Amino acid sequence: MSKALVVYLMAGPDTPDLAHAAVDGGADTVEIGFPFSDPLADGPVIRRAAERALAQGMRTRQCLDVLARTRERLPGTPLIPMTYSSLLEAYGWERFAEDVAASGGSSMIVADLPAGERPSLRRVQLVAPTSTDERIALAGAETDGWLYLVTIAGTTGARGELSPALPGLVERTRRLVDAPLYAGFGISTPAHARAATELADGIVVGSAALEAAEDGPEALRDFVASLRAVI
Amino acid sequence: MTAATEFGAYGGRYVPETLIPALDDLTSKWSELQRDESFRAELNELLTTYAGRPTPLTRAERFAPDKRLYLKREDLLHTGAHKVNNALGQIVLARRLGKHRIVAETGAGQHGVATATVCARFGLECVVYMGEEDMRRQQPNVERMRLMGATVMPVDFGTKTLKEATSEAIRDWIANVGTTHYLIGSCVGPAPYPEIVRELQRVIGDEAREQILAAEGRLPEAVVACVGGGSNAIGIFYGFLDDEDVRIVGVEAAGAASLGTGRAGVLHGARSSVLADEDGQIADAHSISAGLDYPGVGPEHAYLRDIGRVEYVGATDAEALAAFRDLARTEGIIPALEPSHALARARELEEELILVGLSGRGDKDLAEALRHLT
Ligand SMILES: Cc1ncc(COP(=O)(O)O)c(C=O)c1O
Repeated sequence: MSKALVVYLMAGPDTPDLAHAAVDGGADTVEIGFPFSDPLADGPVIRRAAERALAQGMRTRQCLDVLARTRERLPGTPLIPMTYSSLLEAYGWERFAEDVAASGGSSMIVADLPAGERPSLRRVQLVAPTSTDERIALAGAETDGWLYLVTIAGTTGARGELSPALPGLVERTRRLVDAPLYAGFGISTPAHARAATELADGIVVGSAALEAAEDGPEALRDFVASLRAVI
Repeated sequence: MTAATEFGAYGGRYVPETLIPALDDLTSKWSELQRDESFRAELNELLTTYAGRPTPLTRAERFAPDKRLYLKREDLLHTGAHKVNNALGQIVLARRLGKHRIVAETGAGQHGVATATVCARFGLECVVYMGEEDMRRQQPNVERMRLMGATVMPVDFGTKTLKEATSEAIRDWIANVGTTHYLIGSCVGPAPYPEIVRELQRVIGDEAREQILAAEGRLPEAVVACVGGGSNAIGIFYGFLDDEDVRIVGVEAAGAASLGTGRAGVLHGARSSVLADEDGQIADAHSISAGLDYPGVGPEHAYLRDIGRVEYVGATDAEALAAFRDLARTEGIIPALEPSHALARARELEEELILVGLSGRGDKDLAEALRHLT
């Protein structure tokens, strides 16, 4: 079975074009970051991208518009907003979920809302190398579609090596969860992508995709294609 | 455990999954230690022989001639502020959790100094995140931390103050959670931190209650403290919350009034009252006092505001500076700029018998205050 490739983009005016290029290069799913001023789970690349997006006026309403326009360009691709609790708190938790769905969102990820909190908010859950078996089972039961395996104890951002914690985490999670497992955080090269997909069912590429996207849609498509070629 | 309803609708654990097991460990260790006599004994010994507790109550007769205004003198503690009460408690906790590396954030530098101090005392590695703007404003404290062996990590993005320093400290903790204890400096952050910090600071209020009863034979009519994250305030307030006749007033910096002008929001792991725009993006705070220059506040304060038990008011930079100068001239006590906000409001209250939390001393603020006063 072919492995899933999820690409993260920060919401902005050119997101529809970039998302289209990513899918052209072989992405199956696109995460769209709704920027937050204080993104605790993010390293410097995504944090800076969020700062720039906010400076360009990308607030919740604008992000939902970007989502809707991306949905028009890509009718068949799962599009998943990724953000932080503060935006939902301000917008209204239920209203946010409704408007994401109405704008074509396929689920969502809330980086600072761990499993067990607000279970009625359907979302992709995350587990980490520090998660206990009990928490992995909980996240697996609550997750929407696939489960996000955070490969490292750390924030988002490219790393030199694939995390040595991944094999153990995959092995533990397989025993407890039926959903597909996608590994993310720190995956930035074809070598990482290949190694990670030997274990997991898919990968999520964030900071490295953002860096490629800075050089435009073609550069992003080529980068995504270089990952797709090996998984 | 869903901690989301800890203080009414405030509090919770809005953090990445990576930290949840560590917060669970912290919660269970903390509740175990609270029943553990040896923990209390060890901490009390340190508070007495190392930090200098109990601190006195001083009547400020010339500062407020028409009142009976008492200062709870946390400025006399080792390291010069109430922050050491919390740092000592958490360092004992961290050692019992088996952690050998400590990470902290600091604004005014008082919490950073307190953390560097207790790490030096126990031989633990210490990393303190501090915004570049605060490093400039509180240079002497940067030197103190370094002298005691701490690594001070400058934070050069965003506001370059306490908000970003806190985010970076949390990111460090996420990356090193196996070896590291996050020694948070105020009653903010994900559960159980707000409760831990409150319990470690309530010694201020418990002592002050006994002392004012001994001095005056009655309870104060009003208790006043400055509120940044809210730790010195919650500590002194806890001595009097059940005394319905005691008016309790928290004083925020006018440009950082998370409770006065904020809205419900999520910052640094907790739902509380925060300075944010209508989209939930955190706004910049502005205060001359680095320790109050923070757009969030402890969730329990938001709760105490909503139930009407505590009033929260503001004081401007200029009002705080005037009180800073006046206390120095009339009492020979140089307060920190943070409690100068409390002094500014306290002397205007209609009540006669007033207790003010003097949370720290002003040595760290001399350069910044003199720049504005001359
Ligand atoms: C002397 C002093 N008072 C008050 C504060 C504000 O913190 P909190 O509101 O947690 O007491 C600080 C913070 O640095 C401080 O140094």
